[in-house]
Amino acid sequence: MSMNTQGRPTSAGEAAATAHKTFTGNKALDMEEPLIFEIGRTDICGVDLDEVEDFQPRLGKHERKSEIGLVGLSEPETMRHYVRLSRNNYAIDAGLYPLGSCTMKHNPRLNEKMARLPGFGDIHPLQPISTTAGAFELIDELARWLMETTGTSAVAMSPKAGAHGEQCGMMAIKKALEARGEPRSIVLVPESAHGTNPATAALLGYKVVAIPAREDGTVDVSAVQEKLDLYKGEVAALMLTNPNTCGLFEPQVVEIAKAIHDAGAYFYCDGANFNAIVGKARPGDLGIDAMHINLHKTFSTPHGGGGPGSGPVVLSDRLAPFAPLPFIRKNGSELEVIETRDQLVEGEDPFGRMTAFHGQMGMFVRALSYMLSHGSDGLKQASEDAVLNANYVRVGLQDLMTLPYGEKPCMHEVLFDDTFLDGTGVTTLDFAKAMIDEGYHPMTMYFPLVVHGAMLIEPTESESRASLDLFVATLRDLVMSAKSGETERFAGAPYHAPRRRLDETSAARKPILKWTPPAPAQVEPLVPAE
Amino acid sequence: MTTYFTKDHEWLKVEGDVATVGITEYAQSQLGDVVFVELPETGKALAQGDEAAVVESVKAASEVYAPVDGEIVDGNADLEGEPAKVNEDPENSAWFFKMKLSNAGQLEELMNEADYKAYVESL
Amino acid sequence: MRYLPLSNNDRADMLGRVGVDSIDALFADIPANMQIEDLENLPRRKSEMEVERVLSRMASKNVSASSVPFFVGAGAYKHHVPATVDHLIQRSEFLTSYTPYQPEITQGTLQALFEFQTQVANLTGMEVANASMYDGSTGAAEAVLMAHRITKKKKAVLSGGLHPQYREVIEGITHQLPGGSVVSMPADPMGTEDILAQIDDETSCVVVQSPSFYGQLIDLKPIADKAHEHKALLIAVFTEVISLGLVESPGAQGADIVVGEGQSLGNPLTFGGPYVGLFATRQKYVRNMPGRVCGETKDAEGKRGFVLTLSTREQHIRRDKATSNICTNSGLCCLAFSIHMTLLGETGLKKLARINHTNAIKLADMLAGIEGVEVLNDSFFNEFTIRVPANADDVIEALAVNGVLGGLPVSRLEPGKDGVQDLIVVAATEVNTDEDRAAFVSALKEVLA
Repeated sequence: MSMNTQGRPTSAGEAAATAHKTFTGNKALDMEEPLIFEIGRTDICGVDLDEVEDFQPRLGKHERKSEIGLVGLSEPETMRHYVRLSRNNYAIDAGLYPLGSCTMKHNPRLNEKMARLPGFGDIHPLQPISTTAGAFELIDELARWLMETTGTSAVAMSPKAGAHGEQCGMMAIKKALEARGEPRSIVLVPESAHGTNPATAALLGYKVVAIPAREDGTVDVSAVQEKLDLYKGEVAALMLTNPNTCGLFEPQVVEIAKAIHDAGAYFYCDGANFNAIVGKARPGDLGIDAMHINLHKTFSTPHGGGGPGSGPVVLSDRLAPFAPLPFIRKNGSELEVIETRDQLVEGEDPFGRMTAFHGQMGMFVRALSYMLSHGSDGLKQASEDAVLNANYVRVGLQDLMTLPYGEKPCMHEVLFDDTFLDGTGVTTLDFAKAMIDEGYHPMTMYFPLVVHGAMLIEPTESESRASLDLFVATLRDLVMSAKSGETERFAGAPYHAPRRRLDETSAARKPILKWTPPAPAQVEPLVPAE
Repeated sequence: MTTYFTKDHEWLKVEGDVATVGITEYAQSQLGDVVFVELPETGKALAQGDEAAVVESVKAASEVYAPVDGEIVDGNADLEGEPAKVNEDPENSAWFFKMKLSNAGQLEELMNEADYKAYVESL
Repeated sequence: MRYLPLSNNDRADMLGRVGVDSIDALFADIPANMQIEDLENLPRRKSEMEVERVLSRMASKNVSASSVPFFVGAGAYKHHVPATVDHLIQRSEFLTSYTPYQPEITQGTLQALFEFQTQVANLTGMEVANASMYDGSTGAAEAVLMAHRITKKKKAVLSGGLHPQYREVIEGITHQLPGGSVVSMPADPMGTEDILAQIDDETSCVVVQSPSFYGQLIDLKPIADKAHEHKALLIAVFTEVISLGLVESPGAQGADIVVGEGQSLGNPLTFGGPYVGLFATRQKYVRNMPGRVCGETKDAEGKRGFVLTLSTREQHIRRDKATSNICTNSGLCCLAFSIHMTLLGETGLKKLARINHTNAIKLADMLAGIEGVEVLNDSFFNEFTIRVPANADDVIEALAVNGVLGGLPVSRLEPGKDGVQDLIVVAATEVNTDEDRAAFVSALKEVLA
């Protein structure tokens, strides 16, 4: 016979079960990675570049004299560094990401491929307009889709993200009021609003007046009317998120719009939650004057670890004349690109410019790719599925977790409060961190501010039924665990993430915002100085 | 020296016409770890209820209001380097600012220690 | 629909579980007369293949920068981006992650941001940098607002060498502020303006771009000194970050805030966005800085880790008292920037800068040799301005017809402004070959003949 003379064990049973501390601090695939500044060198370069011979600069007296303080890595080292870093990130591609109001849906790779076509990815914003006809055609086509889905007749495409879109919409409102000769000083914002709303209003010099929420989590038209009467002639706009941040459609939105308009003010709608109603209702029909659309939420452009976003703003007829530069004017099928004031015709009165160039073209391509893929039928189906999924989670949890506004249908996200944790010693934060150990990204927590210990869950339409079932079962298990006093599962969580809880207090008290070289170790001189 | 309290959880210790102002033990316990304190400039005149200082924890920023009318005569520079003192010793060494009173009559509307204690218990 | 995991059976079962008869019951809060049946003017769903066909057709109508001799700059630059960069930023874990609000499971993004902040601070010669703004132009506007907060003054002085669209963005927002004013200097192609005379005690900040929009290198030191005499801040702007490999940093020249466009590293042209705004300042101003910032700390076991910090400046906590309304930034573009910068390192960046500068010198000398063409700048990095004996706009269009994208006619951004109608801003980078330059020169000769 032939023999396996090395006796290599092949069953798992013989491997000892006790974990030991490793020499490297790594745990197999879970690896520690130093900073580039700790592993890079100043004389290593991962790009092959020729040295300029006989370099004769024409820099006047401006040539750099100091070292920069950068380090380089070769290409394989660079690859390894960033691949290792990436493995410490949670991602929608890896698991359910139920961040309420953030719409973490599937990011199709077709969109990435389209954005990288040289005809989109490799064109310059200021090359002759005659050489980028296809780019303007794409912008115009996306604009058409945005106007059709929102029921509006104009859209400012250039804002770079949601908050930038808000700023754009509010600047158009300010300009419109000035054009009417009625500058106003107050903006109404419900307490449940996203923080960017009051921040944007304040940035433009408005005084922010809060509108309280009703018992059921929505805004009462009489509460709006009360403020409109109290500040008669002074209210410039209402900024309202609809569906709102409690996951509810504002049932009185039409009446609210009317009250706002009757008072000579404008209705700004925060479109962060547009994903619930695409193809079901059009904000323009509801009476909005301006609404930004987060292409990185509703229309699937990737969040990229915090951006880039894109925030086109649809506008009503009343605000359309004040849309910022640049914009596209249509003459029949002819597209005219308007970049400067000298090109304006009567009826066009832009308030200014939001950014250099034309906006987030890379995101436009991705969003249009998404919209074309879905079509009118798919967009509607996606919204219905998003709402169905959220309600499925709601009914799966409502007997164990607490709904602040009662057991009624929600839109595409469901809001719980922390009442169900009363007496358990477990906080919303602990609960969220325990979800991490179970392989989930936590939901949005402590927002909206109107609910104590808020937990806002948005599963999106991208989750399968099996995925939701496991998610619901996991949360049920966590709740039972909290209620039965297993506090250590929560208090120390997460136990299994790349890092345990991080000390945010010391990070804020003594901020360390960049790497600095360690002080050289004190070495005793061999020969004592005289 | 008399100590007064406000409903905004500030205390004042008055000596002559100068009040030393800080936040209460209850306030610091509600704020959590204090990470930054922004103090008013000396010489600034404030009316009762004006924003005088800002105290920040990791996830919140809260305003400290002028409890009475007056002019800022001193700020506790120690807090800028060591905000943790607000958590450790809020009613003593972690005072925020001193102000010269311009309307001593306002003191009468404030609470004494017993009243404040009852007020906190009622919350 | 290929992106939707629910089957019709799933939907029916799930509606049953939810306890409603139809999906419409879940939309009952929308007034019935406001509900729509269909988006009737839009087409139905398309397969991947069909979408590719539609979009590729549009893309094919554009002339891509790589397909022709290409010399357009003016705030966005054609550079070679190593293949590694695009591969890494498309890793799911970076591409499809959210803002790192849960630091325990987003250390990848956070550590990369910390490294990015260090690179930006060191490049600009400043003490701290944030985790990016949308782009250079919006960053410049935020810098002005920040200067207003610090100085408690509201007058901004803008150099005539500032990118005209950056100027417009700044003017747009600062005019919205009660009491805000902006002094914009006339176009300054050669860097000869007397901006010092504009700085007075009312001035909050002076905004100066170097290399300027026209390519000229500007001495920032005297401007910083004068600004500081009047308790004003110097905001230094750049649009070509590679220049910092060869040109003295704004920090070393006394700038208080440095903002710039970082697109040149790691990020494709993409018709103007998404790009990445770099923003750096002095330590003492950090609490007035807009935008997210990442800081080092330790976890419960004492291991080094990173978190978003100083959040009380931001809108989600401070609401109407925030330093800015910015929320989403340019996360993935910072990552691309940082990876490209890591591949280059100190040596690579300097080499790349020298190649760019040398290519620009070669081109400038060749163009200056054409009869009637004048190069205006005596010092520049990879971009300079030429005066042509014709309408610049017509020249550029004619060059395009001849297959050369030869720069930006200043009149496109500054229509009707005196003294700039015959100017072209020309950029040269490492992508340009001897053949490209020869093609440019011969086409320009032909067009001017």
